[in-house]
Amino acid sequence: MKVRAALYVAPLVLLAACSGSKDTPAAAGGPITVEASDDACKVARNTADAGNITFEVSNKGSKVTEFYLYGEGDRIMGEVENIGPGLTRRLIVEVAEAGKFQTACKPGMKGDGIRGDFTVAGGAAKAADANAQLGEATKSYQRYVNSQVDSLETKTTEFVNAVKAGKVDEAKALYPVARIYWERIEPVAESFGDIDPKIDSREPDLEPGQQFTGFHRLEKDLWVSGLQADSPQIADQLLADVKDLVGKAKAVELTPVQLANGAKELLDEVATGKITGEEDQYSHTDLYDFRSNVDGSQAAVAALRPVIDGKDKALGTTLDQKFAAVDALLEKQRKGDGFKAYTELTQDEIKELAAAVDALGEPVSKVAEVVSAK
Amino acid sequence: MTVSRRGLLGLAGAGAAGVAAGVVGDRLLAPGPQIETVSAAAQSVPFYGAQQAGIITPAQDRMHFVAFDVTTKDRGELVSLLRQWSDAAARMTDGMEAADRGAVGGHPDAPPADTGEALGLPASALTLTIGFGPSLFDSRFGLSSLRPPALIDLPAFPGDNLDPRRTGGDICVQACANDPQVAVHAIRNLVRIGFGKVAVRWSQLGFGRTSSTSRSQATPRNLFGFKDGTRNLKAEDTQLLQDHVWVAPGDGPDWMTGGTYMVARRIRMHIEIWDRTSLAEQEGIVGRTKGVGAPLGQVDEFDEPDLHVRGAGGLPTIPDDSHIRLASAENLNGVRILRRGYNFTDGSDGLGHLDAGLFFIGFNRDTRSHFVPMQHALSSKDKMMEYLEHTGSGHFAVPPGLKQGEHWGEALFA
Repeated sequence: MKVRAALYVAPLVLLAACSGSKDTPAAAGGPITVEASDDACKVARNTADAGNITFEVSNKGSKVTEFYLYGEGDRIMGEVENIGPGLTRRLIVEVAEAGKFQTACKPGMKGDGIRGDFTVAGGAAKAADANAQLGEATKSYQRYVNSQVDSLETKTTEFVNAVKAGKVDEAKALYPVARIYWERIEPVAESFGDIDPKIDSREPDLEPGQQFTGFHRLEKDLWVSGLQADSPQIADQLLADVKDLVGKAKAVELTPVQLANGAKELLDEVATGKITGEEDQYSHTDLYDFRSNVDGSQAAVAALRPVIDGKDKALGTTLDQKFAAVDALLEKQRKGDGFKAYTELTQDEIKELAAAVDALGEPVSKVAEVVSAK
Repeated sequence: MTVSRRGLLGLAGAGAAGVAAGVVGDRLLAPGPQIETVSAAAQSVPFYGAQQAGIITPAQDRMHFVAFDVTTKDRGELVSLLRQWSDAAARMTDGMEAADRGAVGGHPDAPPADTGEALGLPASALTLTIGFGPSLFDSRFGLSSLRPPALIDLPAFPGDNLDPRRTGGDICVQACANDPQVAVHAIRNLVRIGFGKVAVRWSQLGFGRTSSTSRSQATPRNLFGFKDGTRNLKAEDTQLLQDHVWVAPGDGPDWMTGGTYMVARRIRMHIEIWDRTSLAEQEGIVGRTKGVGAPLGQVDEFDEPDLHVRGAGGLPTIPDDSHIRLASAENLNGVRILRRGYNFTDGSDGLGHLDAGLFFIGFNRDTRSHFVPMQHALSSKDKMMEYLEHTGSGHFAVPPGLKQGEHWGEALFA
């Protein structure tokens, strides 16, 4: 695991609005000064054009205050907190569409605050409702996630039972198999920040004071140190964490851009963790994880495929070719029911795989832009 | 005869050719006397002073860093080497050759006393800065009681993948200059003087500075394409330097008073993965815009980041796991360090990627209270860590500067 919060992309996408390549906010009449005191909230102008609107909030009162711009239904458009008495702070809010808004100062940082109406004029018309294809894409990927987490729970249960029964060989055989379903949906799992470190931390990546638990702890027990007195507890905890994840993953709602970014990040995982043999440093079953990351990436891209084809046909074709190239190389490394150990690969073979993953990563990194294009 | 590299040009231009000047003069005459107008980038930086040069000196464009193992067991021999090194360093930083008679002025049957590749090159703001590593304070030289408590063995950080061949060292020398050939020449000559007493343990070239250490300098960019070190401590921040960089009386052993501690980290950047990341995500990871380098939510590069601004949905405009939030003094109980890092590319990794990154050099008053908590915060929470791998590491006690006639380590070996 690299601590990666793939699906945390959502706020960043929103951020693009106030940063992106637009380094300088539109002047549009200059900053709007706000005088916030303990009992008043004087906003110099209560109208602005759509675009970046800059407020300069001065706290003239005696209490620490904060300032908000609210949309319909008190949806937060932007806020600046913790403005001490005498201080002036800046808030730049991107408002794309005309509409009715409310400003609010909150002396003491409590309550609904001192409200005022604020009107934004001009700007783009409300975007058309999300494309039906996009809705279908996220639903289709959600079905994939559901099927994978079900298998994850089943296979982890078998693995955990083998560990607890002290059946080392059986547990060793089940270890890479249970991880297949984990690795396929890893970005989804990682979006629930606290579960992923418990299930998938590698020993060198532990934070000070963090207990070594999860798959890799049992991997070390099985392959290196032998089962320990607390291995059964670690196994029970792993299953409990996996069950926790299953519940959350089934409830998660993904956007198409998150899907696209998840597909890219799965390949980043391959490029930084699996291709180097770092993921499974004791069992050397990295190629199972490699295969599963690619599977997961391919599933996300497949769900988006009708959208991609509608907007950039050539990208779809390129994706097919590059996925096929990685598949072909991976299939050469099959051994029995599974894969060769990482340590059995030659340097040339590793290099060939790395190059194919890089070649695939480039077009996959373009999917988010294509999907979000209007 | 003493011939400075700079003086050589002056003499040649004036038509006064000694033996040495005559030999190389043919090549060097051409530029003519106007060569004496030395640009700021070519000038020399004083070697002697209260603090060693190369710390708050405006960061030069190039770096050659070297860490040595001391191979001699003889304390006297080590001290004599430090004296020889100091003399050579004083000469080279002044634009002269490493030794009297230099590359071509010695006996024809003797190997030259200077290796020669910097002949004709100006001082180029060369600075040479020495530091002593924890391992020097073992039993070999009777220094164990003088080891500063702050000179800890650095703990392991999450995400470390340290290569023993790029880690540690008894002594380090940081050479910075505006001409890479001048920096390499300086290190090479120190290595040569040290043969039999010290051996190169590891070394690192840096091709472009990634920090400003003076307000007179523009903020450079790292290999992620972002301005780096906007909020770095600067030479002009006298009080902050006292608080966070220079060792105060009573902080540790007397020989370190007025010195500082250097942490060097070779940070590999997975630039190929980074380059596939969207602009919005890159900016969210850093916490600044890529263009002018403004903190997210602000307008200009030097606007103070406001960690309390939130955007749509009440989400922090500077994300919780962004680099500038985690590295900010606000997030670290007011702790600051002085950074002086360099971009590097060391060929390729054998898997079709450039082996590129940032050679981090940071100076702080006490690594235990400054660098360590900062690196813990970054290595465990910083989203940027997904693209980084620390592959080399060193920690060194950098003593204060010296007066003319003194040598490196004089107070330590007194």
